Amino acid sequence: MTLLLEKPARAPAMTDKAPYWTMRRRDELAGWLMVAPQLAGIVAFVIVPLGLVVWYSLHEWNVLAGSFTFIGADNYAALADDQQLGPVLRATGLFSAGLVVLNLSLALFLAVLLNQKLRGTVVFRTLFFSPVVVTLVAWTIVWGFLLQDNGGVNAFLDVLGIDGPNWLRSGGTAMASVIVVQLFKNVGLNMVLFLAALQGVPAELYEAARIDGASAWARFRRVTVPLISPTILLTMILTIVGSLQVFAQIAVLTQGGPGTSTTVLVYYLYQQAFQFHHFGYGATLSLLLFLIVLVLTVVQWRMRRRWVFHEN
Amino acid sequence: MKTLTAALSAAALLALAGCGGGGSGSADEGPVDLRMTIWSANAKHLALFDQIAAGYKKDHPEVGKITFEPIPFDSYTTTLTTQIGGGNVPDLAWIFESSAPDFVSSGALEPIDKDADLVPSTTANWEKDGKLYAYPFSTSPLGVFVNTDLVKAAGRPAPAEQIAAGTWTWDEAAKTAAAVQARGGKGGLVVGDFDYKGWDTLNAVWAGWGARPWSEDGKTCQFDQPAMADAMTFLHKLVFTDKGMPGPGVTKDFFAGDSGMILTQISRAALLEKAKFKWDLVPLPKGPAGDYSVVGQAGIGVFKRGKHADAAKQFLAYFTNAENSAKLAQFFPPPRKSQLNAATLGKANPLLKPAQLDSVVVQGIERGTIKPSHTGYAEIQQTVRASLDRLWKPDADVKAVLAGVCSKINPLLAK
Repeated sequence: MTLLLEKPARAPAMTDKAPYWTMRRRDELAGWLMVAPQLAGIVAFVIVPLGLVVWYSLHEWNVLAGSFTFIGADNYAALADDQQLGPVLRATGLFSAGLVVLNLSLALFLAVLLNQKLRGTVVFRTLFFSPVVVTLVAWTIVWGFLLQDNGGVNAFLDVLGIDGPNWLRSGGTAMASVIVVQLFKNVGLNMVLFLAALQGVPAELYEAARIDGASAWARFRRVTVPLISPTILLTMILTIVGSLQVFAQIAVLTQGGPGTSTTVLVYYLYQQAFQFHHFGYGATLSLLLFLIVLVLTVVQWRMRRRWVFHEN
Repeated sequence: MKTLTAALSAAALLALAGCGGGGSGSADEGPVDLRMTIWSANAKHLALFDQIAAGYKKDHPEVGKITFEPIPFDSYTTTLTTQIGGGNVPDLAWIFESSAPDFVSSGALEPIDKDADLVPSTTANWEKDGKLYAYPFSTSPLGVFVNTDLVKAAGRPAPAEQIAAGTWTWDEAAKTAAAVQARGGKGGLVVGDFDYKGWDTLNAVWAGWGARPWSEDGKTCQFDQPAMADAMTFLHKLVFTDKGMPGPGVTKDFFAGDSGMILTQISRAALLEKAKFKWDLVPLPKGPAGDYSVVGQAGIGVFKRGKHADAAKQFLAYFTNAENSAKLAQFFPPPRKSQLNAATLGKANPLLKPAQLDSVVVQGIERGTIKPSHTGYAEIQQTVRASLDRLWKPDADVKAVLAGVCSKINPLLAK
């Protein structure tokens, strides 16, 4: 508004020549300056690092010797030859698929349950949401103790007369354990998003469906799911992206073992870069991860037209 | 206009904040600050280091702060190399013996003066082309700490008695371990820092069978050799058949009185200061290949790319001179001939008896082999860990697993 008021004051003095600082230009400049901090942040913390990762991936970088040698596409050739990569991608896919399916179904199930107008639902909502605010590493360390062979989970199973497996030390159960630890950590967040969506579903639609004789399942399937589908899409994208970037849980609970059964992509790139000092190859792996996340997100975004309600 | 001014000043502030790091290049002026990364956070260790540093600063007014920066043991080398990669190079650092070849061969370290008093076997790991690249400040033999209360309660003779009778062998140690664990709730023998991941700690057991992970020249895998198969079969049986070692995923803290024996470095004796049980320190049991001893090492190096390499070298020379070495000896067995005797060590180690020091430390260092190391160690370590995971199951085929280890690491050893 200040700019608008100042313009007429100066205008009479410059009748023959149009002023450079027209209102439009001033507004444009102001606009640029407003977004400058945000833009500078994105350039400094997203664009430049991304460019650097591409640059690093073309080099062999020996941190100890302090050498940084251009090797062209050698790291990409190594990526194609890497025999570890197959198992790593399998583990990553398994983790993501397991987590997304379990997380979304459990979150939706809890949200539907806690959407009822019953006493005590607030307590349960708080209870299920509370792990979201707990520090990730603290949460994981506690689970690490519980899942030990002589830990809390097996002690509980023992009371029930069940001989529990060595959760974190055998192939199948280690992956399942990591998924479940992550599931309970974050299911509350998706649950809250679903709750918000459920509460936005108009009650008259249910009423109409009921009058038409729709069963509870049909009402859920034909009314609830389509109406909350934008939220399903959102939670799905967030959960998939998050699951592909899992690191701390693996580092604390299994260190990628037993064998390489829980070595997911981010943990593998950490090993390559920071433990084995192959920083160039680590950068190449991180580009692979970036590409996978990008493709999955684009695919989901494009597919949304087929199943997400409210979209054109 | 206010909006414009506010936006301009915000942009100017941002630009200033962005450039702030680059402007001050006057590192050479004013006092020189030194930083040494270490993996101990023990208050007594730090107090001693600070005391030595204070003594140095008295005669060196040009030195400002000397900081000892503890980094957790488990992620030590990773954190250190990340610091170096990020340009935050410490002036000095402790280095594990396993990473010695990587650090020494990379040319990252400054050569340092070699004192004639140093025992030759202690410096071998840290030399290249006749020059010494790190001071082996800790040369710590592995020994067995025994909770004699638990061993007696299990009806087994104390290891000290067995040593006197000449029967302190791995078979006897296994029987003792199994007897302790059979009483329930307690662990038998714990191998320190192993946890079914740090397999290199098992070197202290294999060496008794004459087994090595790879050949002396580092080129060939030896996991598939008969001696290794015998040693690993012994361990597998101890864990799963005799039940003398807590299994995978089970934690038993010796120092809290939860296990009968622990095989570890003698520098851990400090943890026994407040122990509520009777304990003893004995040498490693005799293996099928006879008496043996294994020594763990740690060095201190000076980084070429540190800001004050010369000042760091001078400080290192002071930190490890004969007088300070004698002080450090209370925690870290010294590599100096003149100090490797029970009398000197005894003054610094009130918790240990002269006989224990002589049998475990003095003779251990003289006879001991240093734990094997290799360039690219972290990758080999991780690959062997992943392959050996299949061994830690009751029905494992030991020989097949060990052959699998070799097929995985031979390409890495050949690099």
